[in-house]
Amino acid sequence: MSKVQVLVGTKKGAFILTSDSKRANWDVSGPFFAGWEIYHMKGSPVDPNRIYVSQTSGWFGQIIQRSDDGGKTWFQPGFKPGDSTTTPEGMPVTESNKFAYDTSDAGGKPLSTHEYFDGTQRPWEFKRVWHLEPSLTDPDTVYAGVEDAALFKTIDGGKSWKELSGLRGHSTGSKWAPGAGGMGLHTIILDPKNKNRIYIAISAAGVFRTDDAGKTWSAINKGLSSQTMPDPNAEVGHCVHRIAMHPSRPEVLYMQKHWDVMRSNNSGDSWQEVSDNLPSDFGFVIDVHAHEPETIYVIPIKSDSEHFPPDGKLRVYRSRTGGNNWEALTKGLPQKDCYVNILREAMAVDTLDLCGIYFGTTGGQVYASADGGDNWNAIVQNLPPVYSVEVQILK
Amino acid sequence: MIRIVLPYHLRNLAKINSEVQLEVSGDITTHTILNALEARYPMLAGTIRDHITQERRPYVRYYACGEDLSLEPPDAQLPPQIISGEEPFVILGAIAGG
Repeated sequence: MSKVQVLVGTKKGAFILTSDSKRANWDVSGPFFAGWEIYHMKGSPVDPNRIYVSQTSGWFGQIIQRSDDGGKTWFQPGFKPGDSTTTPEGMPVTESNKFAYDTSDAGGKPLSTHEYFDGTQRPWEFKRVWHLEPSLTDPDTVYAGVEDAALFKTIDGGKSWKELSGLRGHSTGSKWAPGAGGMGLHTIILDPKNKNRIYIAISAAGVFRTDDAGKTWSAINKGLSSQTMPDPNAEVGHCVHRIAMHPSRPEVLYMQKHWDVMRSNNSGDSWQEVSDNLPSDFGFVIDVHAHEPETIYVIPIKSDSEHFPPDGKLRVYRSRTGGNNWEALTKGLPQKDCYVNILREAMAVDTLDLCGIYFGTTGGQVYASADGGDNWNAIVQNLPPVYSVEVQILK
Repeated sequence: MIRIVLPYHLRNLAKINSEVQLEVSGDITTHTILNALEARYPMLAGTIRDHITQERRPYVRYYACGEDLSLEPPDAQLPPQIISGEEPFVILGAIAGG
């Protein structure tokens, strides 16, 4: 029987929730890396035992952790227990936590400053890894989205990281600015049908696409309109919160923007709004049903300053038409006095026949539905605020 | 032998339970102590000072002999009690909310 494993990153550590395929009873293990912020943890699609973790701290910076046994044991890449940590000459054997912006001639000397909240230019300064996206084909290859916005890649299982500096070298780089949570590169989507195509999203710059494996990038924000910007339809500056894609149809993208739920049918070349009857089109998460490419999920949040569900009712909204015609899913979710938030990284779907949907809240609950969203249960409660949720099916 | 006291989270990262004792050659300064510490425990690189600039991270402080040395030049000679091992070089995480 298949085993389901939910990877939960929180403000104060990581947790792993496990169940059989019925998804009725859950075991909780953790906290791992207690006391540290876990922005994201994700398993390799080709080796589910390989899990990568972004462990960060305002005090002590960025740590990358890795497990090769499905989360039972962890190590920093390059530091397996018992290994020497230095060469015979005394030099460090790894640089797994080092994310150095590329300033070289070979890297194209990308722009060294970006726009700050007050309109001044500030130098790029590494703060943390927001998102880790393992390769679809190689467990040693992972992409990392970081703050201040940039894309890094490892090809040695996280031992060392190199910036794909063509992104930050985009001609609009000096106009990128931080969102309220910082200038993070938070979404990385690898096209399963085109190994050279990657989508990324940055708050607050927008969406970018490469068709040459990261060397050059295009801003793909046509159709986005953000009333908080001097030019609402500018090429960049949009606060995109999340993008989702169904692997069978990679040319169709769904987006939860700061305000507005959007859809693109042409790989991001243009976007149309599909918010329709949502009680609020502000929100953070968006995801796609594992077997129905036109079935998508969002969780409306009241507004950009009131980060909680409208009317104190925690409702997932489902569209079976790829946007528009939204229906509220409420069974098992609190329908009064609920004022949690659901952060952008905190929703995931599993691939079992009856697709499971999962999301975590800033109140420390992880809710799950084993039937595509019709019925929900809290599979764990009272964790620290949840930053990220990912799910794995283990055979 | 130089003695170094690390904060809880950094002891966990380095997988050590008590203070660190290191041989440090040449001048005994914050800079040379941290170089030796990171060479022995490379997983600590970037946690106390920035990987690139080598600047002390904002919420990390250095103490020795009851004095706050955080703002002293990193190449300044440390007190004789640190050099002799009589007193430890203390690295602390600043107390801050959250």
